[in-house]
Amino acid sequence: METEKLELPKTFDEFVDARKAAFLKVKDFKENGGKLAGYLCSYTPLEIMDAGGISSVALCGTSNETVADAEIDLPKNLCPLIKATYGFAYTDKCPFTYFADMIIGETTCDGKKKMYELLSDIKEMHVLHLPQSQERPYAKQIWAEELRILKEHLEEKYGIEITDEKLREAAHNRNHLRELMCEMFELQANCPPPMKGAEMLVAIQQGTFAFRIEDQIAGIERLLEKAKAAYEAGEQPIPKSAKRILLTGCPSFGVIQKVANVIEDNGGVIVCIDDCGGERTQRMLVDEEADDIIQAIADRYLDIHCSVMTRNDARIENTKAMIEKYKVDGVVEVVLQACHTFNVEATAMRNAVEDMGIPYMKLETDYSPTDSGQLETRIGAFLEIL
Amino acid sequence: MYQVGIDIGSSATKVAVLEDSKVVKTLLLDSGFSSRKVADKIYTMLEEDGITKENSKYVATGYGRISVPYADDVVTEITCHGKGAQYLFDEDGTIIDIGGQDTKGISLKKGRIMKFIMNDKCSAGTGKFIEVMTNRLGLTQDELSDLARKGNPITISSMCTVFAESEVISLIGKGTPREDIAHGVIESVVTKVVQLIAQVPADKYFLTGGFCEDDYMVERLSKALKAPVESKPLARYAGAIGAAILAEKL
Repeated sequence: METEKLELPKTFDEFVDARKAAFLKVKDFKENGGKLAGYLCSYTPLEIMDAGGISSVALCGTSNETVADAEIDLPKNLCPLIKATYGFAYTDKCPFTYFADMIIGETTCDGKKKMYELLSDIKEMHVLHLPQSQERPYAKQIWAEELRILKEHLEEKYGIEITDEKLREAAHNRNHLRELMCEMFELQANCPPPMKGAEMLVAIQQGTFAFRIEDQIAGIERLLEKAKAAYEAGEQPIPKSAKRILLTGCPSFGVIQKVANVIEDNGGVIVCIDDCGGERTQRMLVDEEADDIIQAIADRYLDIHCSVMTRNDARIENTKAMIEKYKVDGVVEVVLQACHTFNVEATAMRNAVEDMGIPYMKLETDYSPTDSGQLETRIGAFLEIL
Repeated sequence: MYQVGIDIGSSATKVAVLEDSKVVKTLLLDSGFSSRKVADKIYTMLEEDGITKENSKYVATGYGRISVPYADDVVTEITCHGKGAQYLFDEDGTIIDIGGQDTKGISLKKGRIMKFIMNDKCSAGTGKFIEVMTNRLGLTQDELSDLARKGNPITISSMCTVFAESEVISLIGKGTPREDIAHGVIESVVTKVVQLIAQVPADKYFLTGGFCEDDYMVERLSKALKAPVESKPLARYAGAIGAAILAEKL
C-alpha cells in the first residue's frame, strides 16, 4: 500500500497541546507506513491484526467530552461508552479514531451494533458476528468462520498475507502479555496490596494505545518490576486497614475518576478488577500448538464471559472465585447508564455475592460529573459499613 | 466533655450536642450557599454556650461534611443516621430518611447497618419535590399536609419534579381545588419512597429527616408500607446525633 500525505482535522488548531502532539504522533506513524485498526471490545481477535503487521488500538470512549455531540445522532438514553465512542469519531477529536484505517466491531450489545451502522458513514467498519451464547455446539465454528472472514478481508484490504506461522507467533506474544497482566493482577492478592487499583487501570488503559505489542509488554514489565521492588523494599503505600474491593460490571476505564478514585480516597482499595479487561478475560490463553490456529484463537475469545451472552453463569462463578482468591471485603458493581445486559445480570450477581456473606453495591452512572456528590456518599457509606 | 455532631444537608443544617450520652442541645440552620460559612457560624454559636475545641469533639456529616475545618472526623450520613436511629429508637427495622435532595433506606439490625439504598440522581420522592410544590402552591410544608388530609384523591403522574410542576400548574389552571393537589403531591412522594424502600423491607420503619413531625406523612407512609412507621421530633437530628455518638469514640 502506498503512503499518502495525511490531512489533520479542520479543528486541529483548537486542540490543546497534548492532543495536538498525539495527533502528530499517530500521523507520523501512519506516514511511515503504519497500518492502524481500531477495536472496541475484548472479543476482538487481536492476533489476526498482529499477524498482519497491523497495529490495533482500543477506541472505547471513556470521557464525557463528546457525549453531547454524539447525542445529535444518538438517543440520550444510551450507554455513555457507546455515545463517547461515536462522539470522538463524529468530532474528529481522537487521533486514533481519526487516523484508523478501519474500525473492527462485534455484534455484542444492541446499542453498539446499531451504532456501528451510523459509524460506518464516518469510518470504514468491519463487524464480526458474535454468537449470543457459547452453549450451542456450532457456536465455536461460527466464530472461527467470522475470524477467517476478517483475516481474508484484511489480506485483501492491505494486500498482505496472514500466515498460520505469524498467527502462532502473535498468539505466543499475546499469551505472554496476558500472563504478565495476570501476574500484575495477582500482586493485589497480597495484604496489603502493593498498589492502587486505579493506578493499575490507568496503566492498562495506556497499554491499549501502544502501536506495538512489544511496547505494551515492556510497559507492564516495568510496572511489575517497580511494584515488586518497592514491595520487597518494605514500601506499603496502601494501609493494611484498607477495605478490599472487587470492582465488577461494565468496562471501568470511563469511571476511574468517579468510582475507582473515590473508593481509594475513602478507605478502600481495589484488589480485583473484574471487568472485561481483568483477570477473568486475561487468564484465558490461546493454544499455540493447535492444528487449526484460527479455531484455537476463536475458542479462546468466545470463552469470554460478557453479559451479552446467555446464559452467562460462568462470569458469576468466576467472580465468586475471585472473591476468595483476593480476600474481598465488598463488591462494587458499575453499571453504565442504559447497559441493560449488565444491569439485569446485576440481580444474579448481587444474589450470588450476598449469599457468600459479602456486601454488594451497584452504582448506575454515566461519564458526567452530575452525580459525583451522591456517588461519594454512597461509596463512602458502603466502605464504612464493611 | 461534649460531643458535637454537625449534619450539613443540602437544604438544612442540623447540630446535636451530647454530654454523658444525652442530647443537651440542638440547632437547626439553613444550609445557605456556603457550607463553610454555616460551619463557622455553628462554631461561634456553640462557643457562646461554652462548647469549644478545648472541651469538645466534632464529627461532621452530610453533603457539606468536608467543609467543617474544625471537625475531628468526617463520616457519611448513612452511618450517622444508622447510629442516630439506634440511639433514638433502639429497635431493628428500616430507617426512612427523606432528605433535601435524596431519600435513603437504611436497614438496621442490632445497631448495625446491614444494607442501604439511595435514590438515583433524581429528586422525585425527596424533600426537593415537596419544596418545589409548596412554593408553587404558596403553602408551607405544614399547610400542605393539613390541606392534603382534606383533599380528594387525584394523581400526579409525572415522577420528574420539573414535569410534575408543569402538571400542577395545569391542575391549578383547570381550577382543581388546592387540597386535592396537595393530596396528590404527598401521594406522589409516598409512592416513590415506598418503591425505593421495597428494596430494604422490614417489620417496622423509622422516619428521620424533615418530615418527622408531619403526622400526615407518617400516617400515609405507614398505610402504604403496611407496617408501623415511628417518628419523633428529635428524629430530624438523627444524622447529627449519630455523628455526635461517633465523636464519643474519638
